[in-house]
Amino acid sequence: MSISARNRAGSERTTRRALWPGRAGHGFVALYVVLLIAFGVVPTIYAIYFAFTTAGDTFAGFSNFTDAGGDFRFLPAVGHVALYLVCWLVSLVVFVVGLALLLHRLASRGVSKTLRFLFYIPGALAGAASVMVWLFVLDPTVSPVAFLLKALGFTTFDQVVAPGGLPILFTLIAFWTGAGGWILVMYGALNNISPDILEAARIDGAGPWQIARRIQIPMLRKWIVYMCILAFAGGTQLFVEPELLSQASNGVAGRDYSLNQLSYDFAFQNNNVNTAAAVSVELLLLGLVAAAVFVARSGFFDAD
Amino acid sequence: MPTDFRSPEPSASAPATAPVVTRLARSRRARPGLKNPLPAFVLLLFAVFFVLPVVWLLLAATKTDDQLVHANPLSFGSWHALRANWDALTGYQGDTVMLWLRNSALYTFLALVMTLVVVIPAGYALALTEFRGRHTLLVATLVVMLMPSATLVVPLFLEMNAVHLIGSMWSVILPYSFYPFGVYLAYIYFSTAIPRCLLEAARLDGCSEFGAFRRVALPLATPVVALVGFFSLVANWTNYFLPYVLLPQDDQFPVQVGLGTLLDAVPQFNPTVGTLSVERPELALATLLAITPVLVVFLFSQRFLVAGMLAGATKD
Repeated sequence: MSISARNRAGSERTTRRALWPGRAGHGFVALYVVLLIAFGVVPTIYAIYFAFTTAGDTFAGFSNFTDAGGDFRFLPAVGHVALYLVCWLVSLVVFVVGLALLLHRLASRGVSKTLRFLFYIPGALAGAASVMVWLFVLDPTVSPVAFLLKALGFTTFDQVVAPGGLPILFTLIAFWTGAGGWILVMYGALNNISPDILEAARIDGAGPWQIARRIQIPMLRKWIVYMCILAFAGGTQLFVEPELLSQASNGVAGRDYSLNQLSYDFAFQNNNVNTAAAVSVELLLLGLVAAAVFVARSGFFDAD
Repeated sequence: MPTDFRSPEPSASAPATAPVVTRLARSRRARPGLKNPLPAFVLLLFAVFFVLPVVWLLLAATKTDDQLVHANPLSFGSWHALRANWDALTGYQGDTVMLWLRNSALYTFLALVMTLVVVIPAGYALALTEFRGRHTLLVATLVVMLMPSATLVVPLFLEMNAVHLIGSMWSVILPYSFYPFGVYLAYIYFSTAIPRCLLEAARLDGCSEFGAFRRVALPLATPVVALVGFFSLVANWTNYFLPYVLLPQDDQFPVQVGLGTLLDAVPQFNPTVGTLSVERPELALATLLAITPVLVVFLFSQRFLVAGMLAGATKD
């Protein structure tokens, strides 16, 4: 495309168009805005409407929220999700950053690349597939690490999925599928740190530990926060892992374990969509606040 | 799933770290050639952690249930057993598993096409045109993209129920096509990869707004089309909660939800199952089939994915 303004008429038209900024822009975003309204805004309003009304469409105040909060399964579900989130976020930050730093230090680029690829592969098994794999891995009768499970004192599947250990198990599954992608990202971010800075530090006598602690980790901070926000928001939505686990253990473990399961059961087992909507609104609010605070405060995105 | 980033500018960071470096000079430690084996050990341990279950899954599909329990977990069964598992699986309720795979393919493909049609022009407009409400739309996109899609599943059910779309495949395809993260990726790409003066030139040469998009921006958009396509495909293929709620008929399940149904038919996990039982190696084979498309995409996308995730970042 050459920059030649030989067409007077064309430039005139440009001026005229400049008087109507936005027409074309609105045309380009129209479809997206329709979807945003239909599948972002409307369901949100709908959930809020249901959360504040009764089955008979009369205003209910906060009674659906108190119903949900008063349900014997509610507080345990909050506790489960909170405990899971702590395990998940801590392991994510510690191991993803740690592994990315180790991979970045590897002298052999080929080995580093291969390892990154191997770490990343389980990401393809996200969702139900990862739960299937881990149901087998956690079953001492067929597990490839049966010796490990037995060393830890587990001889049957039911012992492994005892309620106390579930946050750890869900963390294992989530970490197994999700960590590899984040390691790639952290590695890429490490590559973006100017080699001159690291070289200067090395010449000044900094060891790998000091370089990591004083240069690399501070410069990764933004990405670590971003990862935590996404992992936090995603973690509050725990559903498929406990749901399938409860199927596999005949409801012994994982039934009504998470808030999303509870919302689902309110809606489809108890036929109480209003209380279900109240739980959804709470989860929505949690996700919305986390996202909005991050967008507003982190400076991560420049939305000019 | 990881997403993309914008890196801090090195110019901004260099002065900040300079004093740190000088301080470090005092704590000099010589380490002549001494190799610490710990990092290698840790990396190896994690490699086993990430790879072992995948390898086990591949091998499990080649065994009989008896071999699964008694043979070495990391041994190969036999081609014969693999064949038998395949026959048993495809025979399950008259080829239902293949139907689920076709459903998954149909839903993800239609959603992919619609996502691209919606996302590319929207990202282009947010990056390179001016219109009223642009900033608001951009901020809304950022906030919504950080919210996990599962938050809206039950509310979406209520909405779809009101418009009688429950059980229609569009009840999942349309929500799949709403993909704010894709819009953000396209926005980043267009605002960094295409200089505004290029579009100005096109307009001066008499291109209409749509012409400038079609003739200048679209031909340059291949990398971001591939990138958005990758994330959309993986996210939709692996989605469980939304189709689980919105598609109650089992002949409409995508394969992810179908895996849950198969799980229910495995006697070791569900002792109440009757005659329609599924053996564990068949479940392993079904899991393999369910992940194959995503796995294939993964095998070919790593390098390009990393490049894309750091799109808009400083030069490497």
